[in-house]
Amino acid sequence: MTAAAACAPHVPWSRSDALEIIARICDQPGALMPILTELVRRFGYIDPEIVPEIAESLNLSRAEVHGVISFYHDFRTTPPGRHILRVCRAESCQAVGGRALEEHARERLGVDWHQTTDDGRFTLEPVFCLGNCACSPALMVDETLYGRVTPERFDEITAATEVEP
Amino acid sequence: MKLFVPRDASALSLGADEVAARFVQALPETELVRNGSFGLYWLEPLVEVERDGERIAFGPVTPEDVRGLVECGLADDHPLCLGPTAAIDALAGQDRLTFARCGWIDPLSLDDYQAHGGFSGLKKALEMTPQAMVDEVRESGLRGRGGAAFPTGIKWQTVLDCQADQKYIVCNADEGDSGTFADRMIMEGDPYSLIEGMIIAGLATGATRGFIYLRSEYPHSRDVLNAAIGRAEEAGWLGTDVGGSGRAFHLEVFMGAGAYICGEETALLESLEGKRGMIRYKPPLPAIKGLFGQPTVVNNVISLATVPVIFERGAGYYADFGREKSRGTLTIQLAGNIARPGLYEFGFGLPLKELIEEIGGGTASGRPVKAVQCGGPLGPFLTAEQLDLPISYEDFAEGSAMVGHGGVVVFDDSADMARLARFSMEFGAVESCGKCTPCRVGTTRAYETIDRIIAGRDPEANRALLEDLCETMIHGSLCAHGGLIPYPVLSALEHFPEDFGLKGKTEANLPADQPNA
Ligand SMILES: Cc1cc2nc3c(=O)[nH]c(=O)nc-3n(C[C@H](O)[C@H](O)[C@H](O)COP(=O)(O)O)c2cc1C
Ligand code: SF4
Ligand code: FES
Repeated sequence: MTAAAACAPHVPWSRSDALEIIARICDQPGALMPILTELVRRFGYIDPEIVPEIAESLNLSRAEVHGVISFYHDFRTTPPGRHILRVCRAESCQAVGGRALEEHARERLGVDWHQTTDDGRFTLEPVFCLGNCACSPALMVDETLYGRVTPERFDEITAATEVEP
Repeated sequence: MKLFVPRDASALSLGADEVAARFVQALPETELVRNGSFGLYWLEPLVEVERDGERIAFGPVTPEDVRGLVECGLADDHPLCLGPTAAIDALAGQDRLTFARCGWIDPLSLDDYQAHGGFSGLKKALEMTPQAMVDEVRESGLRGRGGAAFPTGIKWQTVLDCQADQKYIVCNADEGDSGTFADRMIMEGDPYSLIEGMIIAGLATGATRGFIYLRSEYPHSRDVLNAAIGRAEEAGWLGTDVGGSGRAFHLEVFMGAGAYICGEETALLESLEGKRGMIRYKPPLPAIKGLFGQPTVVNNVISLATVPVIFERGAGYYADFGREKSRGTLTIQLAGNIARPGLYEFGFGLPLKELIEEIGGGTASGRPVKAVQCGGPLGPFLTAEQLDLPISYEDFAEGSAMVGHGGVVVFDDSADMARLARFSMEFGAVESCGKCTPCRVGTTRAYETIDRIIAGRDPEANRALLEDLCETMIHGSLCAHGGLIPYPVLSALEHFPEDFGLKGKTEANLPADQPNA
């Protein structure tokens, strides 16, 4: 079984688009999380240049905004690769070969956790459970979920994820 | 003829979209429903055909199987045919109350939902006083399914009794425990049951706004919930005039950002307010001072999605399932190295051994069971000899096991318990909120110590150090994250010292009085 070829889910950072997102969301209660979530969803990361604007629009200090960004695993401040691979490291997956999959992923991609491949295609992230434990080992590529992922299937999935940029 | 191919994330992870696409191509005239999953995951993707009002199941169906299935007209004698869905043993034997509709209906169809009893609980609730509603929940015996098992009716009573201009219902959909997926399944397979449960909670306690705090790892749930909320608003079930009653309930989804600790209710509330997910000191309880300082019900997805059936069938009907102070059903999630992984809803009291060996079919590898972890990553490991336990809060507490959110993860004899123990502490460190020292520093010190034991460096001295450290964490941590994470480690040490390169059993006795999750 092959994966559907997905296009890169993020667009390049744009200050004006980011400001538009902030303006659109900032009036909600607890707006900081939704703003950061939307920035990551659109651009793949939060460019630190925008922190002062976020702080100002929400009446927070820059330190507070930085504090929130650094607390959550999803809020990265540098651009990820074109696709984010999340390999489940948690117990159910470990029980059926998840550790071998972790090792295979790192070796195949030539990167460690949180790193991006030299060609900019993949960023490898660990994740603690994808809710796919009945089909372990589990892997998520951007927002596409895969189950019963053997090393061979990992290779098929990554090969099919992006044919050529 | 009507076809069903699930849209449940796990079914999709096995190629359900591709299966659906091939059926559409081969049978463009046939109606195709993208239902939720029944939770029989070894049979997913499970495709059904409805003929003469009966649903016939086929599975597991790969995209390559579709052509053959179409060519034979989805005949009963096809090797993948499982017979009528309702008669599949693994499903027919369950007590499906919370999951009564999941799999059977189109998750987004309000008509389907109502045809299967949906909103009849809410309609009854609308005729009741808030106090009568809270009493109904209390009499059902429902206890929180998120982990701490606190009686839901008592929590609602506290919020009802508070005077405030604004109260909130917060659904905890962070489902961070490894080995669990019941929240995800119900959100994707029967989202209106959660929405209905939240509306009833709002009417009962006087809360007019609700939030579903959803973990970011669940994009499929996010999409289904947002679509379901939109349709429920359009149909007048949500908004300023719930079901024509003149009462308001507004609901929205709030996305988490990858932090296990935000499943703890006070960290979750901090996060909902746009802050770091740091644990709050209790008291005050969230029921008294919760979101934005207002009285707030925080309940797990399964707790809330169970409320409609309690109102529909009556508190007594629900309470008749189960035993002692474990009333109703538990939505067990069976995972790990197991032949038939999936969602099993049973009245409390089912023996754990029967679940694993008979219902679950033993390990997937066919090798002997070595250990079982119940209750997520903070739950202790049980040995194969400890499985004679009935699944209930009381029996588990006595057998030093944890029910938690109902996850059961099975390991065969190839599991290395020392590495699993090391992983527990590493996970504990990565996901610590950092507010208190025993957990922030202790988790890292603990896995470093496990590394030294495994490496054979001063193993006995380091074992003593590790046990000490665990004691400190159990008694000195501010919340159950640091307070419980030592249990899997101590249980691994106690039962499997040889995996650590240690001899003999340790002295460490697991204290029976575990802090609440
Ligand atoms: C570390 C930690 C993680 C938790 N994670 C979750 C979770 O993911 N989902 C959940 O419903 N409850 C979780 N809980 C329990 C919540 O704090 C809280 O008890 C629950 O949401 C209350 O709802 P209930 O009474 O319906 O179970 C967690 C608790 C702790 C200590
Ligand atoms: S035990 Fe851990 S997670 Fe809980 S408050 Fe302390 S540091 Fe935070
Ligand atoms: S433990 Fe890997 S998906 Fe749940």
